[in-house]
Amino acid sequence: MPDINPLVLFFASIFTSNILLSNFLGMCSFISISKSLKSSNGLGMAVTMVMTVTTVLNWGVEKYIIVPFQLEYLRYIIYIIVIAAVVQILEMVIDRVSPNLYISLGIFLPLITVNCAILGVALFMQLRNYSLIQSVFFGFGSGIGWWLAIVLLAAIRAKVDKSPVPAPLKGVGITLITIGIMAMAFIGFAGMINVQ
Amino acid sequence: MDILVAPLIVGLISAVLSALIVVVDSIVNNYGEVEIDINSGKKKLKVQGGRPLLFTLASENIFIPSACGGRGSCGACKVKVLSDVGEYLPTELPYMSKEEIAQNIRLSCQIKVKKNLKIELPEELFNVKKFKGTVISLENVTHDIKEVKLKLSEEINFKAGQYVQLVIPPYDKIKQPTQRAYSIASTPSKKDEIELLIRLVPGGIATTYVHNYLKEGDVLEVIGPFGEFYMRDTKKDMICVAGGSGMAPIKSIIFDMYERNILDRNVWYFFGARTEKDLFYVELFRKLEKVWDKFHFIPALSEPQKDWDGEVGLITDVMVKYLETMVGKETEKEGYLCGSPGMINACETLLKKHGINEVYYDKFA
Repeated sequence: MPDINPLVLFFASIFTSNILLSNFLGMCSFISISKSLKSSNGLGMAVTMVMTVTTVLNWGVEKYIIVPFQLEYLRYIIYIIVIAAVVQILEMVIDRVSPNLYISLGIFLPLITVNCAILGVALFMQLRNYSLIQSVFFGFGSGIGWWLAIVLLAAIRAKVDKSPVPAPLKGVGITLITIGIMAMAFIGFAGMINVQ
Repeated sequence: MDILVAPLIVGLISAVLSALIVVVDSIVNNYGEVEIDINSGKKKLKVQGGRPLLFTLASENIFIPSACGGRGSCGACKVKVLSDVGEYLPTELPYMSKEEIAQNIRLSCQIKVKKNLKIELPEELFNVKKFKGTVISLENVTHDIKEVKLKLSEEINFKAGQYVQLVIPPYDKIKQPTQRAYSIASTPSKKDEIELLIRLVPGGIATTYVHNYLKEGDVLEVIGPFGEFYMRDTKKDMICVAGGSGMAPIKSIIFDMYERNILDRNVWYFFGARTEKDLFYVELFRKLEKVWDKFHFIPALSEPQKDWDGEVGLITDVMVKYLETMVGKETEKEGYLCGSPGMINACETLLKKHGINEVYYDKFA
């Protein structure tokens, strides 16, 4: 278990080791949904929730099932089953609580199941041997980091849409360039804390 | 022993998570009892919330027409919803015109009943019933069209030209009941029996069942009648155009007119087929021509093979030829079309070009 204060881990996973902008995980929905600020906010919230819950559940599954029964070779499958179930439950809850958000998220809500950022966080948690409390802060922080990144990108895209962009770069082209610049800005924080 | 541990553990985790989903589902998706107010208080239903409107109404014996059986692929089950049921779903939008969106018309199979609802339905839908239909005869009228006669559990009241929905039970690899719409080919005077003409669509769930699995004595559920396609009570000449199994509603309309002694209107019936083997009921209509002098039957083949002395060409071309020569130009006319959406579109355009603006059809996609 690394000796890192959970709070440090929390802020590090938001800024210095942002799962999206330093590891480039979860790009598909990041690019597609960031067209709308409202949907980005909703998806960010959903990803944060799924990430926190699944990281904690997968920590328990790792410690009490996978390791004792020597099922390391089934780790990916088991993690994904847990993520899929949590997403299913979240889908039902969002449909009930906010039907309009449910509609605006559309296909991307069930697709959180195969969002590599979610699986990535669970695997980093296992690889880096975090404790339960560290995993909670790491999962939650990574979710907040993903949420922050998508909301920032959505805000930038709203501005870019009204700007004179050269025709060949319109749409995904300028978005990828924006993401690159955002990533550089975030990596600028990297010297502050190292959580690897 | 080790070999059993992995599947057991994965199975156990899946079972626990599935149980969790079921528990959450029963709590979250429990919308309790909700009220559906139809036509400003004319009918009020107390129903269990949580299911799509189409199925909720069907469980209360109100059947909205739906050619695809609630899969959101036919766009038929449109209902005017007066309450707020949230934004349009991406599955609804392709079937909605701007006017329909302005009137808040929704696809009833796509919206869930979650709270008290106010909706508007055409009054005639309240007469739609569910019947049990026993197959009393199955006959091939062409190589790919079957005439199916069903004895109904109770009397049906329909207008010639309307259609029913057949509920196809699960069979072979099809695990869920499927509904498909078919026009009634018999006349309304026969109240306890209906006749359908069903063409085999390669790979079609319902038509494959009817052609390959259905046998005499089987019982099918029939829901109906539906549809806005029926003879308008005017004195105008009628231009009827059908292709293939589109024969069904036109046959019903024409024989109903004959039975009811409405013989003072000119009726031109253009029936299009590819080859001789796609033609059927020709003798039947030829006989009718002999006893009803204002009825004209014009079968046309696009690819005649044997000695065919009738019309040749696409039905649209034949129709235009007659409209410009034989059919009197001075009288007012109405169009009655039944066939593929492509044929209907082409015929409608041509009829309108010839000044015939009242054109009726039910388009089944």
